[in-house]
Order: sequence, then C-alpha cells, then structure tokens
Amino acid sequence: MAFIPHTPDDVARMLETIGVQSIEDLFDEIPAALKIKSLDGVPPALSEMEVGRLLMERAARDGRPLNFIGAGAYEHHIPAPVWAIATRGEFYSAYTPYQAEASQGTLQLIYEYQSMMCGLTGMQVSNASLYDGASALAEACLMAVRANRASSSRRVLMPRSVNPTYAKVAAAIAGNQDIGFEAVDFDREEGRTLLGALQAYSGQDVTALVLQQPNFFGNLEEVGALTDWAHANNVLVIAVVNPTSLALLEPPGRWGADIVCGEGQPLGIPLSSGGPYFGFMATRMQYVRQMPGRIVGRTLDVEGRPGFSLTLQAREQHIRRSKATSNICTNQGLMVTAATIYLSLLGAEGLARVAAASVQRTDDLVAALTRVKGVKAAFTAPRFHEAVLLLDRPVAPVLAALRTRGIVGGLDLAGSFPELGHAVLVCATETKLDTDIGAYAAALSDVMKQSRAGAAA
Amino acid sequence: MSNIPKDLQYTQSHEWIRRLANGQVEIGITDHAQGSLGDLVFVEVPEVGRRVKAGEGCAVVESVKAASDVYSPVNGKVTASNTELASRPELLNQDPYGAGWLMRVELDAAAKGAELLSAGDYANTLAEAAG
Repeated sequence: MAFIPHTPDDVARMLETIGVQSIEDLFDEIPAALKIKSLDGVPPALSEMEVGRLLMERAARDGRPLNFIGAGAYEHHIPAPVWAIATRGEFYSAYTPYQAEASQGTLQLIYEYQSMMCGLTGMQVSNASLYDGASALAEACLMAVRANRASSSRRVLMPRSVNPTYAKVAAAIAGNQDIGFEAVDFDREEGRTLLGALQAYSGQDVTALVLQQPNFFGNLEEVGALTDWAHANNVLVIAVVNPTSLALLEPPGRWGADIVCGEGQPLGIPLSSGGPYFGFMATRMQYVRQMPGRIVGRTLDVEGRPGFSLTLQAREQHIRRSKATSNICTNQGLMVTAATIYLSLLGAEGLARVAAASVQRTDDLVAALTRVKGVKAAFTAPRFHEAVLLLDRPVAPVLAALRTRGIVGGLDLAGSFPELGHAVLVCATETKLDTDIGAYAAALSDVMKQSRAGAAA
Repeated sequence: MSNIPKDLQYTQSHEWIRRLANGQVEIGITDHAQGSLGDLVFVEVPEVGRRVKAGEGCAVVESVKAASDVYSPVNGKVTASNTELASRPELLNQDPYGAGWLMRVELDAAAKGAELLSAGDYANTLAEAAG
C-alpha cells in the first residue's frame, strides 16, 4: 500500500513548475562527500506480518519477570479504561495539533491536563507537556537562565542525588548552550543533599539549583531549607518531582520551587522498554513567557461561547523563530491523554492511595530484604518508594542469578555511584503483593548463600 | 502616515533616540513600529545596570501575533527602564514617544550616535519600504 499521495506524474509536474530536473537537484547544496548512499546495518523492509512476528519473539525473550527496578520509570497498575479511552479514534493522534483551534476536544483535554498538573504541583501554569522527564529538566535549566535576571553566570547546581541520566541529558542539551553544571555531593549517611554542601556557594552568582524530590535514591530532601537558601542567594529552584508522590508530599509550589518538571510516565503509561513517556513542566505566572512548549487557554468566541485556544504563542518557534523559548521541545499528546484519563479515574484520593501503598510496599520490601544475611539499608533519611541497599559482595552477579529465577532485583549503582560500594536501588509499588516480596527475599537469601558457599569452596 | 518627531534620531530597525539634558539618551520604538505590531500585550525591558552594545537585542515587545526584539542603537549602560510597561504595555501603543519609552542609557565615551537617521531620512526609509 502506498502512503505517499504524489504520483510520479505529480512529482514531474511539480519539478517542471519550479524548473528543476530531479528531486536530487534540490539537495545539490549538500557536498557529495557528506551524502551517504545507503544506511549500513539497517535490514531490508519487512511486511507488517514479519514485523509483528519479530517483535513478539523479542517480547517473549523478556519473559514476565517480577520487577523491582524504579530509577525513574515506575510500574503501576493501569486501570483498563485508561487505554481503552485513549485509543478511541477521537484521541488516537500521537502528535501536537497543527490546526489547533479546529481540534476543540484535543485542546480541552490538554487544558484539563494542565489544570490537573497545576493542582498536583501547586504551580500557577503548566505547559501541554514535553518529550520526557530528562529533556524537561534540560528545558527547565535553559528556562531558568532566561528567567533569572538577577544572575548572569549561567551556573546551575546539580546535586548528585539527581537521577544521573537526567544530569547527563541536561548537560548534553544545555551544556552546549554555554551553561555550566556543577555537581553538589550528598551526605553518605543520610543519602541526601545537606544545606552545608550548598553554603560553599553562598554569596556567589548562581543561576539555578536543581532539587529532585524524592531524590534518585528514593530519599526525601529537606526541600524547604534548601529552597530558602537558594532564594536568599538569588538562585532559582528547579524541582524534579515524581507526580505520584505529589498526592502525599507537599507540592513544590508550596515549598517555593520556581520551575517544576518531571517524568509523567507513572500516570498511566506502561514501562514499554523506556518510552514513549512524557515530560511535564509548570511554573509561576511571572515566568510564563520564559516557559517552552504549547499552552492551552480557555477563552470566549465572538458570540460569547466558551472555547479553547493556544495562548502565549509569541514564545514559540512558529512566531519567534530562532529566539523561541525552545526549538526542540515537543508535546506528547497521546501520553498526556492517557495520563489525564488516569488522573480523572483515580481522583486525588485514588492517587494518594497508590502513593501510600507504594511507600508501604517499599517499607515491607526493605524490611524483608535487610533480614537477609549480608544486606543492609544504605541511608537513614526518610524515603518515598525506593531505597538503596548495600550488599556484602558485588551486585551484578547477584542480580544475574536473580534474573534466572524470574526476578529483576533492582538497579546496580556500581557504574554511577562506585563510592557507595556494592549498592543496589530497589523499588516496590502497589503492584507488588506480600507473596512477591516474600519470593524476592527467599531468592535473594538463596543466591547470597550460594555465592558465599562458592567463594568458600 | 505615521508620526515622526523632528527632534529625535532613528534607526533602520525602528528605534528612536532622544538626547536628554544630562547627556544620557532615552530609547523607544517608533509610531510606525507600534502600529505594525498591533496591540501590545507584553513588554520586557532591560535590567538597570546592564551594559548594551549597538545592535544588541535589549528589549522585547510582544503583540498578540508577534514578538520582536528591540535593538540598542548605542553602546552604554542602562540607567533606567520603563517598568510601568510591565503592567501597562498599551502605553507603548498610545504614546510611543512619551509614556511608552523603553530605557535610558548612559553612553560610553568612545562610540556615539553612529549610523543614526534624522527624522527626514527615517521618513524616506519608510516611504521606500512602502513603495
């Protein structure tokens, strides 16, 4: 089936009209040396049936393990109506509306989404979403540099308790725009950023401080005190938050964050090997003109009837061109649709129950696993639904042995945080039953025992 | 025909410059510029103390359909900016040469007033662009 509407005749007529011999001629500005003849390593096209078969085989190779990894993407129960509604024809468009005002239903949905995100974050204005959580942080850093007019240093403090992947993405995107990132160490006992670590920067010109709550280790930062320090030093605060946690924790708007961003995946989006997900971003009204992305507003038409329209578009690339607040941001329409339906179905109380159950399950998990010989908790700070455990032996072989028993036991932190020793990041959400946690503890006990026996022999 | 006061100087990019008694200059955008932009909804003025260079974007004027940079016509240091415009951007539409001023700049000793147009020259540029 051909999906390209132009027939060879159409193409010939178009080329003739603009006076060009061939489509290739349109690209003659590009030096021949830079053109590639073909894509190496890309297999030939497959039919729909063949692609389906291939992907089924690959999915089967994953199996259906019991998963205890979080680290930025979280396995939550997704009520069946979420995707049944999101995949209705009226919603099933994955991209941003170009004839925006002709799509009143889409705009209303985004407006409802923005309202919910403002409610969750305690901020005044939300955009229509961004690509994912990590790139949302990169955009937030760029935005902070535009918004903080008291600072000209373009320095951003990035605590090491922020998800290291997010820090890397932010550095890759914003680092090339003359923004300097400086790492701030965390306290080894508590597993969070202490005020003392920031005080070295007091009185200096710093543009923004990133605070992840809960942080990458699952611990709760003392965000109030850290934010007060930032504001006393003319530093804007960028909060990276887990939306599920906001049903229980104080919203960042209340503790004083200036820009709030994060990963929306926990709100009804399946893990799906890492995407598609969506990023969210919210801010105070005073900074709205520095915020990237689309914003939907409610308005009245000429006859006084309520309706929805894109607003504050002068920030955007179709108007401001190279000076737009962003030329790479995108919204994730379909993911936002699912999240909006998820939040509508759960309501504030339902989301709080998911969050509380996840905290409880993680407490249970940590209690069960630290009863295993050679396993202890790494940090003392209060936590949300993740924890770092320390083993008395290297983590990778232990995780590999668990994997053969159908358990994905956590994320090995050896690569990102070698100074912690044999550390593993674990997570349990409301999806984990007592029997799941018991099975993990029994398997871990067994694996550790065998490992000790192997070492002794 | 837009209003082009004789006692001011102008730029090709539609800024005006008024010489003040204290040696500083006041800068804004012309009646023609505000008319082309339409109703302004937001104006961003530079921070006092900022150093600006001729040709550098130093303010932003935004209407419902467009946003434009305002370029400094001179080198110098911003001594005052019209913060009233933050809450009343319409002043720039109503009175572009008075209450709608954007900033005042203390000129650097070296480069002064290069490439500025007289009222007559500016009127000619507008006429040519329209013709």
